[in-house]
Amino acid sequence: MREPGAKAATSVTLRINGRALTVPAGTSVAAALALAGDLVSRSDLAGRPRGPLCGMGVCFECRATVDGVPEVLTCLTPCREDLEVVTDA
Amino acid sequence: MREACDLVIVGAGPGGLAAACRAAEAGLDVLVLDQQPEPGGQVWRGEARKGTNRLARRWLSRFAASGARFRPGARVVAAPEPGLLLVEEGPSSLAVRYGRLVLATGARERFLPFPGWTLPGVLGVSGLQVLVKDGLSIRGRRVVLAGTGPLLLAAAATLHAHGGEVLLIAEQAPAARHWGFALQLWRYPGKLLQGAVLSAGLVGVRTATEAWVLEARGEHRLESVRMSVSGREEQLACDYLGAAWGLVPNLELARLLGCEVSGGAVVVDERMETRVPRVHAVGELLGIGGVDQALISGELAGLAAAEQPVPDSLEKSWRRVRAFAGALALHDAPRPELRRLATPETLLCRCEDVPLSALEDCTNLREARLYARLGMGSCQGRTCGAAAETLFGWAAESVRPPGLPARIGSLRPPAEPPPTLKRES
Repeated sequence: MREPGAKAATSVTLRINGRALTVPAGTSVAAALALAGDLVSRSDLAGRPRGPLCGMGVCFECRATVDGVPEVLTCLTPCREDLEVVTDA
Repeated sequence: MREACDLVIVGAGPGGLAAACRAAEAGLDVLVLDQQPEPGGQVWRGEARKGTNRLARRWLSRFAASGARFRPGARVVAAPEPGLLLVEEGPSSLAVRYGRLVLATGARERFLPFPGWTLPGVLGVSGLQVLVKDGLSIRGRRVVLAGTGPLLLAAAATLHAHGGEVLLIAEQAPAARHWGFALQLWRYPGKLLQGAVLSAGLVGVRTATEAWVLEARGEHRLESVRMSVSGREEQLACDYLGAAWGLVPNLELARLLGCEVSGGAVVVDERMETRVPRVHAVGELLGIGGVDQALISGELAGLAAAEQPVPDSLEKSWRRVRAFAGALALHDAPRPELRRLATPETLLCRCEDVPLSALEDCTNLREARLYARLGMGSCQGRTCGAAAETLFGWAAESVRPPGLPARIGSLRPPAEPPPTLKRES
């Protein structure tokens, strides 16, 4: 899925759960989670889906595995070319 | 890695930037740490790239020219002794030796639990605004906002401008208090302008006072909300809900350093110095007061750190913004109904999945931690702590290191003697 208005020169392509996604440069990984589908970053202890809440690095709800590093706060992480994001959901 | 500086500033929002500019322009070696990838804090998030806000542009370019150094993606995890901060930057660890410290850690939203608030699609008011600024596409999406004060309007304006269909702006404050506050703005020309500009963008959007969310509903994601609007219930189908009630200061690092906190704000003198020598605090840490207060207190702290005289005009501005902060606190105080939204099954602690019913026999935060694991998860009580304070009146506990999830390596103080401070060499 491609965000309308994104131009090749000003966009980056990353992978979320193995799926390629092209987003405008400057998009945060947390925002890209919504473009990828349903804004889900992790599951809670009972397996229910969770997504970003605070957007500013406080609540830790948006944490996901980014380039192999677990529990990265996706709301503080800008999308970069070839970034590999894996959600726990 | 190690760093040494005359002045370290934690937080690159308006307060931190103003302190950095004043101190660096006076010749101090200044290091600014922030967990975001760019300077600007939450209020000026993305402005380093976009440059749409004139005030932000002015301060960001002044900061860039000041000679202060900036380290993005930096989180302070411990402060084992005076003059030393332990910091994590992505996969690496950093020890910072400093002469003076300015805390400019800002604020976060006050979240209160209500049924369904853990569903994806339910965010904070500013939380949703931030995600939209960061690229979340809101065009044609139905949005309901429930909160209070100037930030509620600011968020609505952003969402509206990005093509979101804002169905309702629910202000919790009663009409009289709301308009009383709006009229108060007349006494503060800077605020009036801000308010007017924001309101102008919102013509035709439905707003209601004495309105709040009762429940968020949906299977795997938000599908609808049940609202209380001026005493009547209504259900609205929507894609996003922004719900949070005002701001609370990020006091963890101040508490970790042993700064005195009174009435939810760090106690400072006229130099913005806390009760801990050589540690200053600015901005929202002094009580929620917005950008103006952050800039002015930041300038005062920067001048104090560099032992520079304070211009009269700055002193005067300081008194003016403090009056605004007082009015804001009165307006944004959550109404009693908001403390009773959660049902026994509603989770209070989102990290450890602690429902309200698990806290029945607890009488304070310590018991809730020990018996029910409230606040024991990743965010270390940053979300549920403020909620528990509003719901039950439980006071925050002292903060112990690490203040955030950290690697063991990051908590080890540097073994070798630190490099000598620049000014002393």
